Amino acid sequence: MAQPDVKAVGEAPARPAPAPVRLNLQRFGLTIAFVTLVAALALLSPAFLTAENLLNVARQVSINAIIAAGMTFVILTAGIDLSVGSLLALAGAIMAGALKGGVPLALSLLAGLAAGTGFGVVNGLAVANGRVAPFIVTLAMLTIARGATLVYTGGRPISDLGPAFDWLGGGDLGGIPVPVIIMVLVFAAAYVMLTQMIVGRYIYAIGGNAEAARLSGVNVGRTTVLVYALSGLLSAVAAVILTARLDSAQPTAGLGYELDAIAAVVLGGTTLMGGEGGIGGTLLGAFLIGVLNNGLNLLNVSSFYQQVVKGLVILLAVLVDQRLRRRGGRRRAA
Amino acid sequence: MRGTWIAAMLAAGLIGAAAAGGPAAGRPTVGLAISTLNNPFFVDLRDGAQAAAAKAGVTLVVLDAQNDPARQASSIEDLIAKKAGVVIINPTDSDAIVPTVKKLNAAKIPVITVDRAANGGTVAAHIASDNVAGGVMAADYVGRRLAGRGNVVMLEGIPGSSAARDRGQGFRQGLKKYPGIRLVASQTADFDRAKGLAVMENILQAQKKIDAVFAQNDEMALGAVQAIEAARRNRVMFVVGFDAIADALKAIREGKMAATIAQQPKEMGRLAVEAAATVLKGGAVPRFTPVPLRLVTK
Repeated sequence: MAQPDVKAVGEAPARPAPAPVRLNLQRFGLTIAFVTLVAALALLSPAFLTAENLLNVARQVSINAIIAAGMTFVILTAGIDLSVGSLLALAGAIMAGALKGGVPLALSLLAGLAAGTGFGVVNGLAVANGRVAPFIVTLAMLTIARGATLVYTGGRPISDLGPAFDWLGGGDLGGIPVPVIIMVLVFAAAYVMLTQMIVGRYIYAIGGNAEAARLSGVNVGRTTVLVYALSGLLSAVAAVILTARLDSAQPTAGLGYELDAIAAVVLGGTTLMGGEGGIGGTLLGAFLIGVLNNGLNLLNVSSFYQQVVKGLVILLAVLVDQRLRRRGGRRRAA
Repeated sequence: MRGTWIAAMLAAGLIGAAAAGGPAAGRPTVGLAISTLNNPFFVDLRDGAQAAAAKAGVTLVVLDAQNDPARQASSIEDLIAKKAGVVIINPTDSDAIVPTVKKLNAAKIPVITVDRAANGGTVAAHIASDNVAGGVMAADYVGRRLAGRGNVVMLEGIPGSSAARDRGQGFRQGLKKYPGIRLVASQTADFDRAKGLAVMENILQAQKKIDAVFAQNDEMALGAVQAIEAARRNRVMFVVGFDAIADALKAIREGKMAATIAQQPKEMGRLAVEAAATVLKGGAVPRFTPVPLRLVTK
């Protein structure tokens, strides 16, 4: 599995490897699962397939999708970032606290984004230089950042943040919700980074085989710090949206968000082993989860059954995906 | 840091004062072990208990565990050594308190729990809010305000939790009195504000006519308020929460929320001390005493 990636690294400075057809085949299965789910919900609920509801779903999905975009970078390097939910809470609290303290909006946002990025850099340095497993580093950061948030807020929400800030969560541009626009920009940038830029090849190479990547001249340390910094930054971007949507920074915000983000990434076909996958699948994975939550609410499914149904649909989607991928693999070989 | 230090000093001072003043006065001593005084709810509980203790003629020793089960256990051991007459416990954790309750049982000191129960040992009385009655109260408010007709949505707490179960049961039970009211959707949002927002957004898509929303806690109610305002449907429906947290009381004053159900911690403290005084005299007390709740509106 690692072989082609290592070769790609050697060639990378000369020309970016062509976008592999394989990726499309991989995503095929999830696409089928997604389309089937959408069709089923459209049949079952008249409220589902309306422009209003689809924009509503996109707005709700934006938070998990943006976090999952950062998580995709990390997982592609065979890492994991469990601290995203806590970093979201901390960044949100810092922004809200600054705003309430009279700091101008732009500077408050910047402070929150800087905090997310800064804590991400610490994650990256500990993983790259400390040679500690990413799971442990980011698990520690999960508690540190959550604790810092509780200390900073005194355990109380920071509310009433003003219309200018709230527009970032609830406003729209030409009918398109602002959070959706931010999500599209994030994914466009992530796509360009991963497919068109050398750093993207480095990220795949590290996940394929870090030692081989190092030997072929990739600065593994710097790239590792970069992916965790991006994950922290995108958690803070998600914090902007969530805090603005609630008009309140909650000390308990983002609890468990790391699992939703990891689920979106893995559903999207990126393997936890690293080196394989992509950002487009992550978007589709996040939408699958979001559409499922929306559909279950629209159909008023009892809360006990909901958890069972959610698990079953995700399992089914992965199974369909795996099956088609194996078939695709055979066809390719033939 | 400073808060902890001050609290430790206070606790030490209180124990000292009790040790000095208690025996001298010749009055029976009742211990009150509180999970944390860093929360206005429990401060009110203590105030209610102290007022009742003065009336009942017992010496009250208040211990603040600062949410630390180990600290709570060791401070109650001190009470055993001092031969307190009754110990009232507001456990930091229902499981962690069990060994301590058993120690009190062994020392033949009666135990009363308040707000949170103990999951083992022998407890003479448990005093806590009646969540079922709170749910009924919310249903009555909704029913009367809608004059018995309309569509209602419920946002549920964490599935399987006792608060969600009891509040939901009470609300459904209370709505039976109003056959013209339909519960058109009942969905969980895990007692969380962000989930309350998302789930309410989805329900607003599915239900074109909603007259009232009951959320099983204020966090979800406040999330629902955001969703309803964003959908510009806040004039046609009202929201009722539960718990009376600060943000919700503010939302009620501003007219964004209609009502919430408040617990009465002072009552809790009073009832606990009264039960302790009865036990001291050798009287019988009910195993469970529900503390009435209060409807808060503008």
